[in-house]
Amino acid sequence: MENAISFNIKVWRQAGPKEQGRFEVYQMQDIPTDTSFLEMLDILNEQLIEQGKEPIAFDHDCREGICGMCSLYINGHPHGPATGATTCQLYMRRFHDGETITVEPWRSAAFPVIRDLMVNRNAFDQIQQAGGYVSFNTGGAQDANALPISKVDADEAMDSASCIGCGACVAACKNGSAMLFVSAKVSQFALLPQGKPEAARRVKAMLQKMDELGFGNCTNTGACAAECPKQIKLSNISRLNREYICAKLAD
Amino acid sequence: MEENIKPVIDSRIPEGPVAEKWTNYKAHQKLVNPANKRRLDIIVVGTGLAGASAAATLGEMGFNVLNFCIQDSPRRAHSIAAQGGINAAKNYQNDGDSVYRLFYDTVKGGDYRAREANVYRLAEVSNNIIDQCVAQGVPFAREYGGLLANRSFGGAQVSRTFYAKGQTGQQLLLGAYSSLNRQIAAGKVKSYNRYEMHELVIIDGRARGIIARNLVTGKLERFAAHAVVIATGGYGNTYFLSTNAMGCNVSAAMACYRHGAYFANPAYVQIHPTCIPVHGDKQSKLTLMSESLRNDGRIWVPKDIEDAKKLQKGEIKGSDIPEEKRDYYLERRYPAFGNLVPRDVASRAAKERCDKGYGVNNTGQAVFLDFSEAINRLGIDVIRQRYGNLFDMYEEITDVNPGEQASEIDGVKYYNPMMIYPAIHYTMGGIWVDYELQTSIKGLFAIGECNFSDHGANRLGASALMQGLADGYFVLPYTIQNYLSDQITVPHFTTDGPEFDEAEKRVQANLDHLMNIQGKRSVDSIHKELGHIMWDYVGMARTKESLETALKKLRDLREEFENNLFVPGSKEGMNIELDKAFRLRDFITMGELIAYDALNRNESCGGHFREEYQTPEGEAKRDDENYFYVACWKYEGTDEKAPSLIKEPLHYEAIKVQTRNYKS
Amino acid sequence: MWLTNSSVGRKVVMSVTGLFLILFLTFHALMNAVALFGFKYYEAICEFLGANWYALVGTAILAGGFVLHIIFAFWLTFQNRKARGNDRYEESAKPASVEWASQNMLVLGIIVLCFMGLHLCQFWAKMQLPEIMGEHPLSGTDALALAFGNWWTLPIYLVGFCALWFHITHGFWSAFQTIGTANEKWICRFKCIGWWWATIVMGLFAIEAIYFTLHFNNIINC
Repeated sequence: MENAISFNIKVWRQAGPKEQGRFEVYQMQDIPTDTSFLEMLDILNEQLIEQGKEPIAFDHDCREGICGMCSLYINGHPHGPATGATTCQLYMRRFHDGETITVEPWRSAAFPVIRDLMVNRNAFDQIQQAGGYVSFNTGGAQDANALPISKVDADEAMDSASCIGCGACVAACKNGSAMLFVSAKVSQFALLPQGKPEAARRVKAMLQKMDELGFGNCTNTGACAAECPKQIKLSNISRLNREYICAKLAD
Repeated sequence: MEENIKPVIDSRIPEGPVAEKWTNYKAHQKLVNPANKRRLDIIVVGTGLAGASAAATLGEMGFNVLNFCIQDSPRRAHSIAAQGGINAAKNYQNDGDSVYRLFYDTVKGGDYRAREANVYRLAEVSNNIIDQCVAQGVPFAREYGGLLANRSFGGAQVSRTFYAKGQTGQQLLLGAYSSLNRQIAAGKVKSYNRYEMHELVIIDGRARGIIARNLVTGKLERFAAHAVVIATGGYGNTYFLSTNAMGCNVSAAMACYRHGAYFANPAYVQIHPTCIPVHGDKQSKLTLMSESLRNDGRIWVPKDIEDAKKLQKGEIKGSDIPEEKRDYYLERRYPAFGNLVPRDVASRAAKERCDKGYGVNNTGQAVFLDFSEAINRLGIDVIRQRYGNLFDMYEEITDVNPGEQASEIDGVKYYNPMMIYPAIHYTMGGIWVDYELQTSIKGLFAIGECNFSDHGANRLGASALMQGLADGYFVLPYTIQNYLSDQITVPHFTTDGPEFDEAEKRVQANLDHLMNIQGKRSVDSIHKELGHIMWDYVGMARTKESLETALKKLRDLREEFENNLFVPGSKEGMNIELDKAFRLRDFITMGELIAYDALNRNESCGGHFREEYQTPEGEAKRDDENYFYVACWKYEGTDEKAPSLIKEPLHYEAIKVQTRNYKS
Repeated sequence: MWLTNSSVGRKVVMSVTGLFLILFLTFHALMNAVALFGFKYYEAICEFLGANWYALVGTAILAGGFVLHIIFAFWLTFQNRKARGNDRYEESAKPASVEWASQNMLVLGIIVLCFMGLHLCQFWAKMQLPEIMGEHPLSGTDALALAFGNWWTLPIYLVGFCALWFHITHGFWSAFQTIGTANEKWICRFKCIGWWWATIVMGLFAIEAIYFTLHFNNIINC
């Protein structure tokens, strides 16, 4: 077939969090190049089910790059070789006939494997719960236009707020650090007047939670930003540091 | 026209003129005092815009909330994928918008099949939503002056849509998620992730709990509360291919339906006109291109059938066809609204062209969405600023860059057009609710896309986010108190009662059955077959014959499912195939329900189009004489038996019912 | 204490001590450069520093900074390896924008540390230490002659400078990023300044080392 490729796929299989994992290699024949990566895994799973075997468990949901549920470390890259795209937006035309594609779960102490390629990212929720909000009760808001916000700040806050919480930053970081994730949220609120009143409290609480959960220390390698499917910028981390240091010095 | 339908169900619409109903209701409803709120437990299933905002707000008020989602985090709910924006009647653009106009547009857009009082309330609270979200720190788009920006959307002649790039749903959901997180941290909301509701528990006629399965351990767990709220979204995935997320399912709603909650207007399924066309049989989902593209994009097919044939064979490209040989059929047919007609109208027009042979891709099932004119007028930078992320997304999927110049004919520059085709997107039908959002089961509430109430037969763009948040932030937290006010003396429930035992046994038996069929076919293969039946016979254009065929085929499919399904693995621990099998059983029942309703409704309106009922120009022909009602379907004890129909007549006081007109 | 029990705090310690060491290296290179113009000037500077109280205080602070930088480096690396988990990736690819140095700071640091050990033995142990102990120190020029008279000193020093160059090209902008002074524009600027700084200072050191080697082996005489 002209627009189809055949390849081997080497997939991490692990029955449960405490079980020993291993790689298994499967052969894929004549996969159309306009198939998405996850659809390719669907095809593989159908084949496994046909053979009476259990399918590969992997996280996925919206399949349009926004929910942040899909993960996968493909050929050494979180979300695969494409830039600015999640695994679900990755198409087989990025791969070559005859190659071996390696698929692994996110590997980080804070993201334990649940099964196969599925990991537990609950730590991210816990960080958000520590302070990723504006303390404000429903119904008490003033008119939306009563608070003008410069377009530059609003746009920058929007860029930071684009984080989908997929965990690729942690997966890419050799230190297993969640700084890009935390900094994106802290930046969004630090840039907006709504977030100012509790900015110091927020940054301290979120960072403390991040440390507690066993994420590593940022060494500014920049792999997180390079691999981020939403291209969250490294400057967010500097802003987080600034916010944190100022908050601590003010104590 | 209303007198020949005998009302049998009470929609509890407050007295008074439509503009005062909600104010009056709030002034006279019963409330629960803070000390008593602490004694009351509420289950909220789902964490989308409606679920998360309701759980957060109920938590803020002091109730004890148990909140469930099937994904690994509340933030994954599919509301996150909404791209375009959220409507509100702020009139910040000074273009004549008002609460009444938003109300009117929504009712008209819904082809006069929505409940007037609900829609007015929706329009009324729309402004509060924007205030609320801005206060939460949602980074809406702004003008250089620092004030909020707006864009226009289908079905409206004013600019009332607030947006955050092409990720409005994401930002609104993250706002609701942040409020939810605050309540989780405060201990008022307990969050259960990777849990799926499998059964509703009813004690003495009231919804008192649920049975949910922990999707990681595979164990069934029991949860009790004073009221149950389901916010589990729509049933679009019945069609297998849709713009819904892979996990979206109708099982929670079906569990309620099987316990006697009426299912209203299931035939109203929205088909979105701007999706990337289907490319192969391995496809798992359809990707939406935001409706906002229709602001600057023009939809066309070739004028000459010969050109269309060449396009289908791949001999020429869209950019090879010059301006004068293009048929901008929406602008031609609907001069007043042009490319911004409502979704159902745009979808049907695309289907009409493709059915006549003017389709532009190899399957003949696509039309062009072209930005050449806008790029030539405004420059590529402006267009990329507006739609850059959508262009990139389109290119990643199709390998074609819509922002790239492809040809120049007679001095006019032409850019690569996008190819689009309609796809299942949203479901207006849902669990029937009264004005208080309570279902026909006492103590069971349904909010968001999961209920039927606000969009009639068709939903306007940027109204889903509005409805989800209206229900969750501003409506349910009030109305649920009216129900709970006499529940304050009811102590916390235990989950040891016989009702819980039986409910769990039923689920267990169902799971055992699915595991024990041990047939030959995978869940997905049957689901795909279901999708084909639904799309071919219960899709964009329906006939009596097609619907009867569908019902027959669905019966056969159920047979196949019950006898030839294969689920590998065991029911202990995680089993993704078992999860899907459980949902598929409900999708089949849902499919039948859609077909029954479509067969019953001998008219065309909004998302429901019966070929027998159209004007000579091919426009939908409503029958207000006989079908000016909400069709409520009641479960008759088994899935095999046809449901019975109960009608809720519609009463319009403020709006004159007329034929929709987007031509002038 | 947030400087030790928070991840940002620990990084601030690395950053501040690192910047301090960068400052020290700048002076060090400039003072050595004096020798290029004549060893008598160099002697004057050695005399000026000697074991005076200010030199001793400076040395103590410097040593403290070094020790902190080294201890924190090992501590952070230990924590980071733990955070990474027990399972390693089978296949890992480095994104193009990630500097090689940034992922190998500890290794580079260890090379620099070894080089520094040798350097201290050759100079500090023969100059300031005896003076503190009340013994007779070697003069600056004699120490240079003794060290660079050996043929192996130069290659080891050049390797040390090379490691330092890599270490600093990342360390420089990373330090500013950590103390929160960077933004999207300034990250690029700090990277650029860091690169030039490292190249100039390490270049100066290398020229000095080469000059001393040639001079004290009597290959050139000026």
